[in-house]
Formats: sequence, C-alpha cells, structure tokens
Amino acid sequence: MTFTRETDHGTPPAIATGKSVTLTIDGAQVTMPEGTSIMRAASLTGCSIPKLCATDNVESFGSCRLCLVEVEGRAGYPASCTTPVADGMIVRTQTERLKQLRRGVMELYISDHPLDCLTCPANGDCELQEQAGAVGLREVRYGYDGATNMGQAKDQSNPYFDFDPSKCIVCSRCVRACDEVQGTFALTIEGRGFDSKVSPSQGQDFLSSECVSCGACVQACPTATLTEKKVVEIGTPDRAVVTTCAYCGVGCTFRAEMRGEELVRMVPWKEGKANRGHSCVKGRFAWGYAQHQDRILKPMIRSSVTEPWREVSWDEAIAYTASEFRRIQAQYGARSVGGITSSRCTNEETFLVQKLIRQGFGNNNVDTCARVCHSPTGYGLKTTFGTSAGTQDFDSVMKSDVILVIGANPTDGHPVFGSRMKQRLRQGAKLIVIDPRRIDLVKSPHIEAAHHLPLRPGTNVAMMTALAHVIVTEKLYDEAFIRERCDWDEFEDWAAFVSQPSRSPEAVEPLTGVKAQDARAAARLYATGGNGAIYYGLGVTEHSQGSSTVMAIANLAMATGNVGREGVGVNPLRGQNNVQGSCDMGSFPHEFSGYRHVSDDAVRGLFERKWGVTLDAEPGLRIPNMLDAATEGSFKGLFIQGEDILQSDPNTHHVAAGLAAMECVVVQDLFLNETANYAHIFLPGSTFLEKDGTFTNAERRIQMVRKVMAPLNGYADWEIVQLVAQAVGLDWSYTHPSEIMDEIAELTPTFAGVHYARLEAEGSLQWPANEAAPHGTPTMHIDGFVRGKGKFVVTDYVPTDEKTGPRFPLLLTTGRILSHYNVGAQTRRTANTAWHPEDRLEIHPADAENRGIKDGDWVALRSRAGETALRALITERVAPGVVYTTFHHPDTQANVITTDYSDWATNCPEYKVTAVQVALSNGPSHWQEGYAEHSRLSRRIVPLEAAE
Amino acid sequence: MNDENAVMSTADRLIYMANQIARNVAVMGQDEAAAMVEDHIRSFWDPMMRRQIVALAAERPDALSPIAAAAVGRIAVHCR
Ligand code: SF4
Ligand code: SF4
Ligand code: SF4
Ligand code: FES
Repeated sequence: MTFTRETDHGTPPAIATGKSVTLTIDGAQVTMPEGTSIMRAASLTGCSIPKLCATDNVESFGSCRLCLVEVEGRAGYPASCTTPVADGMIVRTQTERLKQLRRGVMELYISDHPLDCLTCPANGDCELQEQAGAVGLREVRYGYDGATNMGQAKDQSNPYFDFDPSKCIVCSRCVRACDEVQGTFALTIEGRGFDSKVSPSQGQDFLSSECVSCGACVQACPTATLTEKKVVEIGTPDRAVVTTCAYCGVGCTFRAEMRGEELVRMVPWKEGKANRGHSCVKGRFAWGYAQHQDRILKPMIRSSVTEPWREVSWDEAIAYTASEFRRIQAQYGARSVGGITSSRCTNEETFLVQKLIRQGFGNNNVDTCARVCHSPTGYGLKTTFGTSAGTQDFDSVMKSDVILVIGANPTDGHPVFGSRMKQRLRQGAKLIVIDPRRIDLVKSPHIEAAHHLPLRPGTNVAMMTALAHVIVTEKLYDEAFIRERCDWDEFEDWAAFVSQPSRSPEAVEPLTGVKAQDARAAARLYATGGNGAIYYGLGVTEHSQGSSTVMAIANLAMATGNVGREGVGVNPLRGQNNVQGSCDMGSFPHEFSGYRHVSDDAVRGLFERKWGVTLDAEPGLRIPNMLDAATEGSFKGLFIQGEDILQSDPNTHHVAAGLAAMECVVVQDLFLNETANYAHIFLPGSTFLEKDGTFTNAERRIQMVRKVMAPLNGYADWEIVQLVAQAVGLDWSYTHPSEIMDEIAELTPTFAGVHYARLEAEGSLQWPANEAAPHGTPTMHIDGFVRGKGKFVVTDYVPTDEKTGPRFPLLLTTGRILSHYNVGAQTRRTANTAWHPEDRLEIHPADAENRGIKDGDWVALRSRAGETALRALITERVAPGVVYTTFHHPDTQANVITTDYSDWATNCPEYKVTAVQVALSNGPSHWQEGYAEHSRLSRRIVPLEAAE
Repeated sequence: MNDENAVMSTADRLIYMANQIARNVAVMGQDEAAAMVEDHIRSFWDPMMRRQIVALAAERPDALSPIAAAAVGRIAVHCR
C-alpha cells in the first residue's frame, strides 16, 4: 500500500432514518440518506469542498466559512458542513464567486499563521497548506507582518505528542474530538477573537490535565499544532498497512503508517468496525516496546535455573527443546508435559500450540491465560445460552436504553468501547453500575449513573439474585419471551428460588452492603427501561463464584427478554486482545476448537483423520492442576507461549514452587519475563508488527494482523512452533498463516467460512461465519438460542472461604488502569510509565487514618498467602474496609498476596477478594528484596560469541 | 481455614475442589447435585486427578461432603 490519507468526508454519516433525498450537485443527480450534510454528499460523489473546521468524526461546527456553497433559490452562501441535503436542492460547489470568497477566508487564516512550512513537521500533511492550494491562494493582501501567535511556548509535556499553539487556527476540531469522540472534555477554547486559544482544562499542561492521551485531538487537528513526536522525529509517513491492536479485547484497527521500515505512527482506522476511527493511548502510542533494548533476539538455553543463560543458534535451541520433551515423556509418561497458549498471540499461533500438545505430545494438557480471566464466561454462557461468547457487536450499545455495568471498568480496561458507551449515555441512556469501587463512569462530565450499587467484594451472586427477586416478585419479567425461547419449567424452578424471602434485597443488604431500595430501583430500571444491555468484566469472573455470576447475569437477561436483538444482550469485556480467539481455538484442556469436548468421538475422529494420529479422549490438566502435579512430581515439562504466569497467576509462591519442580520450562516471549526466571529454554518471540495472522476481539470479530516489518528475532511465532513440531517428528509444512486458518475452518463449524480472502473482502468477520451466515453474525441467538432453549440455572449464593478476620480485616480487590496492560511487560517499556510509574494501594481515608497512614507512605500488604509492600494512595473511590491495587509492576507482585481460592467450576482464581491487613512499613519487603536479587541472577546472559 | 500462611497440599486442594463444586450445586437436591458433580469431574478433571480423588475418598472418608462423596463413589466404579 502506498501512502494516501483516509478520505475525510467532512461530517459524520447521518443518523439512519431510512429515508433518502435526491438533489443535484454540480449538475449531477445524487441520492443520499436524509440528514446528510451537503459537504458529505458532495464528498461521497467525488467532489470535495474546501474545509477547515469540519472533519468526519465530529459534528460540524460551521466556524471557518471555507466550505461555502451556492444553493439555488437560497440567499447567501450557506456553509455546506452545517446544511443538510433536501429533495430537489440544486447545489453548486465551484463558482467564481465562491472561489473568491474562499480565497478571502483563506487569506485571513494564512496572514496570521507562521509560514515556516518547509521546516514544519506537518509539511505535506497539513490541511491548511492543502486547502490554501485548493482555493488557489497566491497572495495575501494583508501582508505577513501582522500579529501572529508565533513564539508561544510549545507544550511538550505529553510523551507522545507536542502542542505548538503558534500554529493553531482555532478550528476547535480538537475540542470537539475530545468531547464527542473520547468523552473526556479535557480541552477548551479560552479567550476571544485573535486571543482565543486551545487549552487543556484549567490552563494546565497536557500531562497534568485530565487528558488521557487517546490521540483523538491529534488526529483531528488539521495543522501541525498537535503533532505526534514521532512525526517530528522521523518525518511524515510514505506507506500505510492496516492492522489490529495487540493490547486489549476491543480490537481497534489501525493504519500502521511507515516511513521505509520504520513505524512512524499508528492512526486509528475509520473503517474499523470495532473502533470506528478511535483509539486509546496504548494502541495509538505505546508500541515502542517492539524496539526496546530489553527485547531478547537470540534463543538461549541453560540446564539449571541457577545458571546464566547461554545464547545458542535457533537449530540448537529447537533441537534441545524437542529432545527435552521427548526425554521427559519417555521417563515420566505421556501426560508429564503440557503447554500454555497465549491470548496475545494470533489465532493461528494459538491453534498451533494446542495442536503441538494434542498431536505431538499425545495429551490434552493445554491451557491458556483465559483460565485466569474469562473461563467462567465460557462455562456460564455455554451452560445457559449454548455458546461461549458475548451476544452483541459493539455498535449495539448505541441502541441500548439501559446499560448495566458490573465488575468492569470500561473507561480504563476497554477505553475505546468505554468512549462509545459514554456517547450513548450522553444521548440519554440510563446507567447502572454494580462495583465495589466508584469507577469513573459513575460520575464523569455529562454522565451520572442512575444507580451505583457499591457491593462488598464477593457478593455478586447474592446481588444478582436480589435483582432477579425484584423482577420476578414484581412480575416485571417478559413471559412471552420466556415461553417462546426458554424452558418454562426451568424458569418456574428458578423463579421459585429467587422469590424466596431470603433472596430479597432487604434480606441480603447486610451481606452486600447495598441499600435495598437502591437495588430495587436498579432492578426495576433494568427490567422496564427499554433495551437493557449488560456489560461485565473480571469483577464478575475472578471470584469463587465467577461461573455462577455469569449464569445469574444470563438468567436476568433471559427473564427480561433482553437477548437476541440489537441494543441488549450479555457482553463479557475481554481483557487481552485475543482472549476470545485463544478460547475459540481449542486452548482449554477439555475442548477442541469451537468448544467441542475431547470425549466426543465424532469430533475427535475428525481431528484424528486430519492429523493422522490417535488423540487422547480424556481432559487434560488446567494451569493450577499442572502446577500441583509438578509439585507432586508427575508433571515435568511446560511449553509457554507469550504468557507470564509467575506474575499474572495467583499465589506466586505456589506458581514458583510448581515451576521450580519442572525439568524443562520453555518460555517463548519478547522479554525475559518473570516466568523466564524459572525457565530452561528461551525462544525469542516476535511482535504483532512482525507477523501475519488474525485476532478475535470481544465481539467475536476476527480481524487481520498484518506484518509491517521483518521479525527482529528472525521468525514469526507460528514459525517457531512449527520448527518445534517438526523437531518432534510432525510433518507440518505451513508456508503462511492463511493455511493454518484454512485448517481451522475445515475443522471448526463456526469458522467454516473464515478464510483470508473472505477477511480481506469483508474487512472482518464475526463468528459464526459459515454457510448459514456468510457475512458473519453481529448479534447472536436472534431466532433461538444456540443450545435450543435458553436454560435458567439456579445460582445459590455460596460465600467465599476467603474471609476477613481479626488478622486480616480488609478486603483487597485488584484491577488495572488505562495506561498499562496486564503484567505491564509491554507498557512498562514505553513512555506510558509517565502516568503510572508504580502500583499503588488505594485505601479509604478512614482505614488509612486508623493505621496512621498518610498518602504516599510505604505500607506492608499482608494476606494468608504472602506479603508485599507498596505506596498508599488515599481515596474515597474505595469503600471503607476495601483496598485496591493494580498488578502491572513485577516489583510489587500483587499476586504474592492473592490466594489459591478459585471459581468452583473453572478454577479461575479469585483475584477480586483477598483478606488482607495493611500497616506502615519502611520500604520493600524481604521477599521483594530477595526476589529482585533472584531475578538479577537468573537474567544473566552469556553471549553467543563468548560461549563459542 | 485458619489464619496461617496457606498453600494447600494437592490432596487438600482436590478435596476442597470437589466439596466446593458440591456446595455450589447443593441447591439442586442430593441426587441431582451428585449427578452434576460427577459429570463435572468427569468433564473437567484429568484422569490422574480423578484417580487421586477416588483414592482420597477411601483414605479420608470424612473429608468429602455427602454430595461430593456420592459423586466420587460413582466415579470410582468406572475408574480403573
Ligand atoms: S489526547 Fe484525547 S483526552 Fe487528551 S486532549 Fe486529546 S482528545 Fe482529549
Ligand atoms: S489545535 Fe489544531 S484542531 Fe485544535 S483548534 Fe488548533 S488547529 Fe484546530
Ligand atoms: S488497547 Fe484496546 S482500546 Fe486501546 S487501542 Fe488497543 S484495542 Fe483499542
Ligand atoms: S468546514 Fe464548514 S464552516 Fe468550516
């Protein structure tokens, strides 16, 4: 692809009314949806009207007057960006008079604009420059020596973009982008007339303002006022490749804009159906880790974890891996080894890792990090609806009337979707938040939750059942829907259960801490407020009753008829970019791709015929079971692709003990992560910029990942797995990831229509995509549930065994923040650390005061599992009795604290509830100091040359 | 569970897991719940874990709740 900017139609598409109008533009008759602006209509028909203050991701504003047109029968020269098309209208966009007027406007702009075009970073990519050309401006009658805003200080505080006010034309595109697209309202225009200027909030600099660095304003700015630092540094791009963000489950698509082999910037792609041209700070800016000096580019091995690493050739590393796994299996049995697939890698890579385990190692010991996040979603939605996935696409939220968010923090965890949700809320949809913390959504500019139910961590099931109690006893359920779509007898059993007086909001108030009248009001709103949509996250799944809560949510949606159309549904917000995909690809020990149990003879037969081996019909070990089996001595070899279980999994001591008991741990990753401290073989991985493949986002949308540069380590991850497979004797011969996808399609009915050619043609596909749904499936369960009748499941509240007591009186809950991603391996290696240099412990002022803790003090955080230390942040966001922290930094190791308790059905760890004590301390704990030393020792490397 | 530093032994954890599943489905009533626990363990536990829980049920008869014990009893019949 060569470099062309994406077409800007000037104004957003009209809100669909189904009606269209026919008009004439420059002599050509055109038909457009009602409500379209003349500017957009002209652009869509191929004639572009000059413009400055309009851009098609924000509403038009009509301030620059460059886009004037003539409309027959109308006086004056209306602005085409603010004038909608009308039937029979005759529009002229290019007349002598218009040219004159536009030149006049342009002259005024140029007269007080610095004319340092040749040295300006936006040279060649500046709309002011381009429009001056478009209107044929040749001279400026006012001269250039009038007052300009030149010499004003640049604001370079943001690590990724500069703000140079001397180039600002006060078009307010940035302000509108921040308000309308991002919803942060960080920018204002201060002052009037010539003195007016753009300013982040209260005259602060960008970094210290509310700005979340999403980049929407930079993208909207027509001049060099807001410019990416990389453009200043490298120059303007000369080609662009569309690819998908490798950070979170929103799955934003970007144009990777390159200059030669160098990535200049990632610009959100307007055609992207998940993000519609928006982005967050991670995908937009935080990709510098791909070139970070810490990246390991050569394979390394060692016979014991106390030795330094020894760099070796790829041949040696691959041969050693194969021989170790074969040796271990010969010595300890076929089931003594296994693997972990990565939710950060592509579908194709994940598929290959599970295939290597099942076909090559002959067992089903494969699991994925979804174990620790959304495995309860798999179990809960499969049981109730029949398939393990969210029911909607993201666009659906724009048709919701009531949005219920439980255990999720979309503005931080899924920021681009969070911005969409905020758009809908500003349009008037009602919001219910069920969360122990007062997350940003509860109250933010122009948004206020109708109800915030700040429940005590660990009481989700009691809370959801109380809502169901209100809906059933007040007869707010949708009987027609239930009779048609669900099993009525099962509904009656469930209804009888939730109607018990002991399940009422009043009865559970002492447990949940939520006022009964608030719970009642929220239940009534959800059941009667129109289209009700539920969005949930890890605050639902990461509990000992995670699966029960997912089923309780599904029950609520079925009871109110909120499934099977746009605007409603049950929507898990997935954490990592490819959690959905890694689950779909058969990463769980009991399932093949497409969620089919390994004991199903017909399914297994299909794979056996294709792969030419006999496959194990018994479920394999899950991650915690692997670690247990390792400490018991029966599990000895683990192949880990792109995961850091030592940092991300609960009870670090348990994980460390399990890993230490193994004879061969292989880590395939970009960096020497924490798990690699216990590894014997390190296979350097490639970044998403260096390979082809697909990711599947939280809306089941399969999108292309495209290689924009050669892998620095020499191989894409799928090639590395293929080398290992060949070394253990498998006859794999894929030459491109598309061939792996063809195999997935052949073996997986829901993916039967997914091929690269189809993805290229459609842009993306939401599974199921097959003969029955050739264009994919945006909304699921439209004519019936995948399992037939929707299943109501009685979900009894069983309190967790992790209880507070005199020694551990506080409840710790964990989460993440906008600027970092998961264990932080990538984001910590970018300038995102400007916003979150360390993990902090949030504690309520009352709890802090009792303990003599002041803001910023070092505190020791202790649980039954372990102890760590970090600094305190005193805030009323958390309720008294609750403390909160993130787990982005390995020196904090919040998972030293979390326990082994887990979801009853899936063993998803209970990250969200740990009984702890907090006390003043004077710095890092003994464990942290010991671990820092251990890490230092285990990261020593003997280079290849020296080793030879 | 007491307040001591807790890393459960594998045996304790398997017993805990079986009992935990049983507690979560107990509301279905003894028979249905036992069938559900049995099915769950068969579907999600690897053969070695199943053999271990069967052995543990014999060694420590009081460790399992009645529902979990009934489920494990049925698994034992099929477990070689
Ligand atoms: S980067 Fe995003 S949040 Fe910051 S000012 Fe620009 S639009 Fe607003
Ligand atoms: S900073 Fe850019 S987008 Fe904002 S008002 Fe100035 S020129 Fe327009
Ligand atoms: S991290 Fe998520 S929200 Fe941010 S750009 Fe990437 S996919 Fe989009
Ligand atoms: S583009 Fe229409 S008034 Fe500025």
